[in-house]
Amino acid sequence: MSADMVSLIVKALGETVYMVTVSMAIATVFGIPLGVILHTTGKGEILENAAVAKIVGSTVNAIRSIPFIILMVAIIPLTRFIVGSAIGTTAAMVPLVIASVPFIGRQVETALKEVPYGLVEAALAMGATPLQIINRVLLPEAAPGIVSQLTTVVIALVGESAMAGAIGGGGLGDLAIRYGYQRFRPEVMIATVIILIILVQVVQFLGNTLAQKLNKRAGA
Amino acid sequence: MIEIKNLTKTYYGDTGPVAALKGINLTIATGEIYGIIGKSGAGKSTLIRCINMLEAPDGGQVIIDGKDMTALNAADLRSARKKIGMIFQHFNLLSSANVYDNIAFPLKLVGTDDTTVEKKVRPLLELVGLKDFAERYPAQLSGGQKQRVGIARALASDPNILLCDEATSALDPQTTKGVLELIGQINRQMHLTVVVITHEMQVIKDICDKVAVIDGGVIAESGSVVDVFTNPGQPITKEFISVLLSNDLPTAFRDGAVEQEYSPDSYLLLRLIFLGESADDPVIAGMIRAFPQIECTMLFGNLDQIRRIPFGRMIIGITGEQSALAAAMDYLKAHDLRMEVIGYVRRHGIVNR
Repeated sequence: MSADMVSLIVKALGETVYMVTVSMAIATVFGIPLGVILHTTGKGEILENAAVAKIVGSTVNAIRSIPFIILMVAIIPLTRFIVGSAIGTTAAMVPLVIASVPFIGRQVETALKEVPYGLVEAALAMGATPLQIINRVLLPEAAPGIVSQLTTVVIALVGESAMAGAIGGGGLGDLAIRYGYQRFRPEVMIATVIILIILVQVVQFLGNTLAQKLNKRAGA
Repeated sequence: MIEIKNLTKTYYGDTGPVAALKGINLTIATGEIYGIIGKSGAGKSTLIRCINMLEAPDGGQVIIDGKDMTALNAADLRSARKKIGMIFQHFNLLSSANVYDNIAFPLKLVGTDDTTVEKKVRPLLELVGLKDFAERYPAQLSGGQKQRVGIARALASDPNILLCDEATSALDPQTTKGVLELIGQINRQMHLTVVVITHEMQVIKDICDKVAVIDGGVIAESGSVVDVFTNPGQPITKEFISVLLSNDLPTAFRDGAVEQEYSPDSYLLLRLIFLGESADDPVIAGMIRAFPQIECTMLFGNLDQIRRIPFGRMIIGITGEQSALAAAMDYLKAHDLRMEVIGYVRRHGIVNR
């Protein structure tokens, strides 16, 4: 493989990492509160509100039911409005964020469901406000679960970011398609696939390690 | 003082409405340990949750030191709850926080500064015997230790009331004893009103001053533990007590013919209950001396304690002339004990079986 090729791969890896980390960071900022809303407005929970639960829940389901490749194309006007262009790595992050927020919301909701209601009840009995229960009971108790769930989202994002290559998003997926597939360079294809595999392994390892570190339930 | 007035609560489940509380009236005096005993589904958990409004009752009032809990808005309710500690069957400790931070939790809720928190938490750790466990996480503790953390956490905000919801039901008997002793000690030292929910009569017997028996959403019987134990009025109460104190006749008589009529060759069986001071009195010896013409045989005897009050139970058989037996019974009645006539059995009935 030529030096040029190596530098292309390194550049593409950089783009993938950039797309995934920035999209993930932005999506998490919105996704965690969304998950909290999904969970706490549910039946029997501290902010029970059937209307909110229904509206938010259906919106999340609606966005999640759109295949990513279609979502990406469908929201091009919005992308152009936000970043000023529909093409490029930064532009690709708009659909990535929009697809990830409801995904994170559901994943966080799942993690919050694992917190025994007894803990919420104990906090209520101590006179905690709903916000205090969210910040001091639900989120800390669900932290290991949230980290595990977010790891899954990051891995999904790696895959989606490859698709984003289709609208000129750059990254490893884009490289694999343009060089590996369209220009008949199987070695590029193989190299990107190997890099993607390693990338996913590293993300999973980091996620597991962090979740385990946060989990105090297992004992000594 | 906690006054519960005509409290009602109905749950609407998939299988139709279930009336959990059907008009509960209770008065719990300041500083006493009040036990509420009932089977599962009797409504006892709902009742204790209505005291701090974890469950909102449908009707009636819960008045704590003159304040009607059912009429408070959310913010006032939160501040009222800070003066009511609660401990739970499954402890409900934060798994992500160590012992120290669990105990500090109620203090952090009100924004207490770290120095004050430290001054509060360290003595509590000492009180519950977990001085060296501050850095441990709940998963590293035994059940008894977890409940001790629960107790310390409940006490951190200097409550006036401690609610114990099946607090020892997940613990083994030995650990239960230790936790109950701690609750009793706290009650005496801090003059705290304690409400205990349980399905075990042993818990009531060990620490409670008063008891209410709840059955089918109503209070079947209530009173001082000593009174209820020695003179239960309702079948459900007798059932709870029978777990601890069997009221059955000794096996030898169980299926023997117990007659209500006197016959010269039969024994009159009497069940005697001694309470407090009278448990020490030589009443039986006195009776034997006073009526040398009757014979007395001891069939069952047991001495127990209810809240450190000696409590003796005995079954004796006496035989002799009918008039002598009547006189002996009068003699016993004149003493400080409770007597119940079981009936007459043939002499041989006692020995042969």
